[in-house]
Amino acid sequence: MGDAELTGFLAKRMLWVLPTLWGVVTLVFLLGHALPSDPVEIMLGETASPAKKAELRHDLGLDRPLPDQYFLYMARLCQGELGRSLKTGRPVAEEIGEAFPLTLRLGLWALFMAAAVALPLGAAAARWPGGSLDRGALFLSTAGLSMPSFFLGPVLLLAFAVWRPWFPVSGSGEPGAIVLPAVTLAMPLAGFLTRTVRASMREESSRDYLRAARAKGLGETAAFIRHAGPNGLSPVVTIMGIQLGAVLTGAVLAEKIFRWPGLGTLVLSAIASRDYPLIQGVILAFAGVAVAANLLADVAVAIADPRAR
Amino acid sequence: MKRGRIAALTLLAWVAASLLAPWLAPSPYQRIDLAHRLEAPSSSHLLGTDELGRDLLSRLLYGGRVSLSVAAACVVVSLCIGGCAGAMAGYGGGSADFLFGRVVDVLMALPGLLLAIAIVAYVGRGLGALLLALSATAWVGYARVARSMALALKRRAFAEASLVSGATRWRVIGRHVLPNIAPVLLAQSAAGAAGVMLSEAGLSFLGLGIQPPYPSWGATLSAGCDVLLEAPHLALAPGALLFVVVWALQSLGEAASEWMDPRRRHALVRL
Repeated sequence: MGDAELTGFLAKRMLWVLPTLWGVVTLVFLLGHALPSDPVEIMLGETASPAKKAELRHDLGLDRPLPDQYFLYMARLCQGELGRSLKTGRPVAEEIGEAFPLTLRLGLWALFMAAAVALPLGAAAARWPGGSLDRGALFLSTAGLSMPSFFLGPVLLLAFAVWRPWFPVSGSGEPGAIVLPAVTLAMPLAGFLTRTVRASMREESSRDYLRAARAKGLGETAAFIRHAGPNGLSPVVTIMGIQLGAVLTGAVLAEKIFRWPGLGTLVLSAIASRDYPLIQGVILAFAGVAVAANLLADVAVAIADPRAR
Repeated sequence: MKRGRIAALTLLAWVAASLLAPWLAPSPYQRIDLAHRLEAPSSSHLLGTDELGRDLLSRLLYGGRVSLSVAAACVVVSLCIGGCAGAMAGYGGGSADFLFGRVVDVLMALPGLLLAIAIVAYVGRGLGALLLALSATAWVGYARVARSMALALKRRAFAEASLVSGATRWRVIGRHVLPNIAPVLLAQSAAGAAGVMLSEAGLSFLGLGIQPPYPSWGATLSAGCDVLLEAPHLALAPGALLFVVVWALQSLGEAASEWMDPRRRHALVRL
């Protein structure tokens, strides 16, 4: 096993992204163009004059045959051209570029918080299975999974921004403003990750190498941390990569509660004003990040863990 | 198993309350009373009133009814589509299986909420669009389980014997594969319903799900967030209800999968 093997794996994995990415991009196109709904009618309302409808349809290229529209869409996308917002007239890429860092910051904070809770809790639950700690962890993780973020958010807001005004109520300007939305987002992820860590560590704890570590006189906890820990972590990293996409999309809900001016707020206002180029751009951005996070996690695992190559 | 029983009773209470909503509700859910806006819980309005002075308890009862119907419809649709697609891909193999794998790859690459938002944004709001948006991702979970089970069932003696004695492949799928898959998918559907409830309420919270005049927990919660300081009950009551129902579905799902297979006791729950 050498660098060549790693490079080979990475190259193959990157190539595999292309068909998925193509599928995602095509799906978004089909949603926008092949469904029986008429965006022009939705944009202008049913009462608009036929001439006006035809004009807008021509401007959007919707009067051309579907394959033509598809090739035009793909060609523009390959050049990074996402069109202009119907509402502000600014390039969609620019609007996304402003909002995206805020959403990414929120998502990464949530991921970090969830991992900080789930890793020790899940590992401890697996170390003493069936104990009160294990049952407590299971209860907490089910609660985390069942707690809708749009319920947890208002509760946190009432508790820590109103009753005890430790954090700002909304916005992204003040320091500390990120804490409450990030906790809101982290909660279900922490519940899910705790289970993943526990299951993965339980599986490792019955392996031969751990029996060998115990046989040479290493204490159970030390063996668990030193030997089972690193091996049990790699599926967790994969899951975290898969979940980052879901966390960023889930941010739409947290952003609405805390008025956080990220991608979620952008897409909601775009939907409200029927700004189709902007809607499409934001959806593609979310999808692209989800695919990229997935890839990144696989790459990280492959570098750290030779078994995964 | 005790937890499973509590969960089942909770769900039973919810279903009963939804069915009996017209008799249980103290007043019509759409009756507006602007003189009594955002009132705190009292003896005349047990859970208080909303931003238009409507009785919150009545609205939550009817909202649960709407959520129950949407969730049930979505589970039935995605269970049937997912079960059949997965069984055909797993049993049929070849190009059908390849196509199935690629479609699942793409859908798995997209977060479920994103696809749902995208569908509603393009199709427009309404019950039909909502059902499509929720089912578009929900079927994948059932389909993956059905596919892997069909793959294993295909090599079992009874399936091969049936094929040898002249049954068509469709008949083998219908008579032998699907009946064997069904119980597992049904056990999975409780946790699946929890996910559907959360997505539906989330979409309604964003204003993209259930539309007025129908009441919904998500939309009530969203209205409550706007007046959180004056009337916290408007956000807290539907949120707590949703939490309890989703928790019950989640717990029932866990109990069901434990009951189905003791080895899967620590199996992951789909988020």
